[in-house]
Amino acid sequence: MIQFISPSRLRHLGILGMNRRNIGIIGAHNRRKDYPIADNKLKTKGAALSRGIPVPELYGTIEHQFQIKMISERLKMRDSFVIKPAQGSGGRGILVVTKRNDDLFVKAGGLQIDSREVQRHVSNILAGLYSLGGRNDSAMIEALIDFDPVLAGYSVDGVPDIRVIVFRGVPVMAMIRCATTLSDGKANLHQGAVGVGIDIGTGQSVCAVQHNQVISQHPDTGVVFERLQIPQWQQVLDLAASCANMTGLDYLGADVVLDRLRGPMLLELNARPGLAIQVANQAGLRHRLTVAETIADQTDDQDEKIKLARECFSSTRVASGQLALGPM
Amino acid sequence: MVTSRAQVVIIAGCLIFLGLGLTLYKAFNLGFPLWPGQYQDVWTVESKTSFRPLTDSSVEVELTLPEMLAGWTSLDEHFASSGFGFSILDDRADTSLTQATRRARWTRQSLDRPTTLYYKMQLHRASDNSSLPDFPILNPVQPLLEPDQQAAMQRLVTKLDEKSSDIESFTSLLIQEFLRDSPDQDTLFLMESYREEPLTVIMDALAYRGIPAHQVRGIFLEDGRRRQTLSSLIEIYDNNSWSIFNPDNGNRGLPDNFFIWQRGDGTILNVVGGRNSSLEFALVSNSLPAKTVVGMGHRSDEVDFLDFSIYALPVEQQGIFKGLLLIPVAALVVVFMRILVGVRTSGTFMPVLIALAFIQTTLVVGLLIFLSLVGIGLWIRSYLSALNLLLVARVAAVIIVVILLMAVLAIASYKLGLDQALTVTFFPTVIVAWTIERMSILWEEEGGQEVLIQGGGSLVVAVMAYLAMSTQIVEHLTFNFPELMLSLLGVILLLGKYTGFRLSELYRFRDLAAK
Repeated sequence: MIQFISPSRLRHLGILGMNRRNIGIIGAHNRRKDYPIADNKLKTKGAALSRGIPVPELYGTIEHQFQIKMISERLKMRDSFVIKPAQGSGGRGILVVTKRNDDLFVKAGGLQIDSREVQRHVSNILAGLYSLGGRNDSAMIEALIDFDPVLAGYSVDGVPDIRVIVFRGVPVMAMIRCATTLSDGKANLHQGAVGVGIDIGTGQSVCAVQHNQVISQHPDTGVVFERLQIPQWQQVLDLAASCANMTGLDYLGADVVLDRLRGPMLLELNARPGLAIQVANQAGLRHRLTVAETIADQTDDQDEKIKLARECFSSTRVASGQLALGPM
Repeated sequence: MVTSRAQVVIIAGCLIFLGLGLTLYKAFNLGFPLWPGQYQDVWTVESKTSFRPLTDSSVEVELTLPEMLAGWTSLDEHFASSGFGFSILDDRADTSLTQATRRARWTRQSLDRPTTLYYKMQLHRASDNSSLPDFPILNPVQPLLEPDQQAAMQRLVTKLDEKSSDIESFTSLLIQEFLRDSPDQDTLFLMESYREEPLTVIMDALAYRGIPAHQVRGIFLEDGRRRQTLSSLIEIYDNNSWSIFNPDNGNRGLPDNFFIWQRGDGTILNVVGGRNSSLEFALVSNSLPAKTVVGMGHRSDEVDFLDFSIYALPVEQQGIFKGLLLIPVAALVVVFMRILVGVRTSGTFMPVLIALAFIQTTLVVGLLIFLSLVGIGLWIRSYLSALNLLLVARVAAVIIVVILLMAVLAIASYKLGLDQALTVTFFPTVIVAWTIERMSILWEEEGGQEVLIQGGGSLVVAVMAYLAMSTQIVEHLTFNFPELMLSLLGVILLLGKYTGFRLSELYRFRDLAAK
């Protein structure tokens, strides 16, 4: 017998459904003209750099088929790099090379590929195989993130990234996505990565889920998620919130990575962030969005918004139903 | 947000009421049955007379109209004759003629371009009684033959006479003689020296033998045929009665799907002042409720302006609309399954196209064909992926592979005698190729499980859309009440504003209940 949850229970929990997200949140708040800056990673990067928001270093872009032949030449100096489509969707088409083995490239996960394989991948990217609507695309080559060792045990073969949902400049919910052997080094929840809900107030873990099931340890390393504390949490929230100003999008998901040397960096933005974050936090988005609306109406100051958000969205307080909003 | 929501509700409400209102009006005031009762096949036959006019000459076209024989009755007829003078000549009352006919005549002073004249009628078979009325018996006229033809004919007739017991078996053997793969020398010689259809030789042989006989011309009714031509049967007189033979297979009796246009040897089409004339027929069969059929004859004139049913259109378009009007239903199924249930499909409306193909192939055959096409396609595609091709070229290659597979499947099944698999051609090639491409990428990126989920989802939706479209009541309502499409549009607009949970989300978030 398949287990279902009743709609009224979901409504009570404030869970945001796909239909409501599409019509009530994205359709009502995000202007279509603002999408490209989130959808196109090159534009995101450009906008972020001009505002002084740290991003991974861009080694180069490939826009035309004929440039593919020169790719080995351009990668000669690089031991590790990431190739991704500028307008990819759902984390598709990302090739991560962690080191060199003579002429061969070693992918995250240990598989070795030769340069022809790399060329084929780039050619697929240019043809739009991984892009929204199959449009022609360009490929970008980026520096591989050297992620903060504090997070080392939580992710296997891949960089853990922190997804922060920002509504009208107020961070409302966050999770960290940890790659597993099952997810092949990718931080995609439906491929088997672990999503760990993060308390907006403290940066501590709330709950961890894999395939919608609550777990307590990383399936590969056995590290316990309960003790997970994101370092530099204030900066992470700060960075995510400034993306709202940068793009003009009222509802967006900012993917942040923690570099060992450079601290929080913006990896990419998402104008249509998924709903799995609710499972990782064991909490619904709807109530939080209403509170965020109140906060955004009260103040325009980014620091103030983050401060109020950290007070309101500490999961202990939301659970107990005390949504008191500071002395305003 | 509130205003856009209110707008949608108002527009959708108006559309739904308009659609339902028109439907109810047609049902109760015009007597269209809402519920399909007993069905009768109504054939719409459209004849197209095409010709090139001669320069500087007046044009006169005469088309012999069919007599209603063997239980057929005409419900409605319609002539399209813009710019032509038009009249109907009816000499059936004149008893002095041996072959009384009813003819349509189009005339025009001059004409400068090739022209097509249309005559459309709606027929249905009121009774199964296929017996034909009496026909004047004409003594056969001996054919004019060259001496060597004469000798061959003599030998042929004597040989068949020896084998046959009566006139009927003689005729039957005669037809078989011309159908054989290796006819004997006399037959072969006759066919070659006549330089005509075997039918002419057969008619002459019957006349030579002294059997009263004539041709019966008409059309084999096949649903959806666009360019059907006249066929001939042979009718012979024997033992005080007429019997009919089919010269294409030697079978005796009037075939069930044969509509007699003319009995006897007169001309059917006569074009003066034109050349290269041709006569073709477009055929569509509709299953209509018996009640409607009865009402059709006398209703058609009075309410034409109100009745925007599809019957007003030319036959070819009717056939197309019959299919088109079902697509909104399939679209509704997709909208329902994706928004309310949350099934993941590969390609948003791909299931609709697959479902349309299923209508042609029937469900089980269609599923088998689709699965084998996609299965083999995926296998070949996995090899193509190793060749490192550009995407567009690779998809184009897959398209060609799919067409080759379809050809192989069709030929193999035909040789094996499985005619059903021939319907493989109804699958949209490009869609199948893209499906294969997407599935293969999905496989490489996310593993076989995701392929099964999305592929299975697509098939489930396609099957549901097929079941919805092939339900008799749905077919009946969409075709007879196209205004229901407005209501459907309203429902889809409303669904487009649905912000509640999907069924799949109730499963996805099931563990949250524990908290």
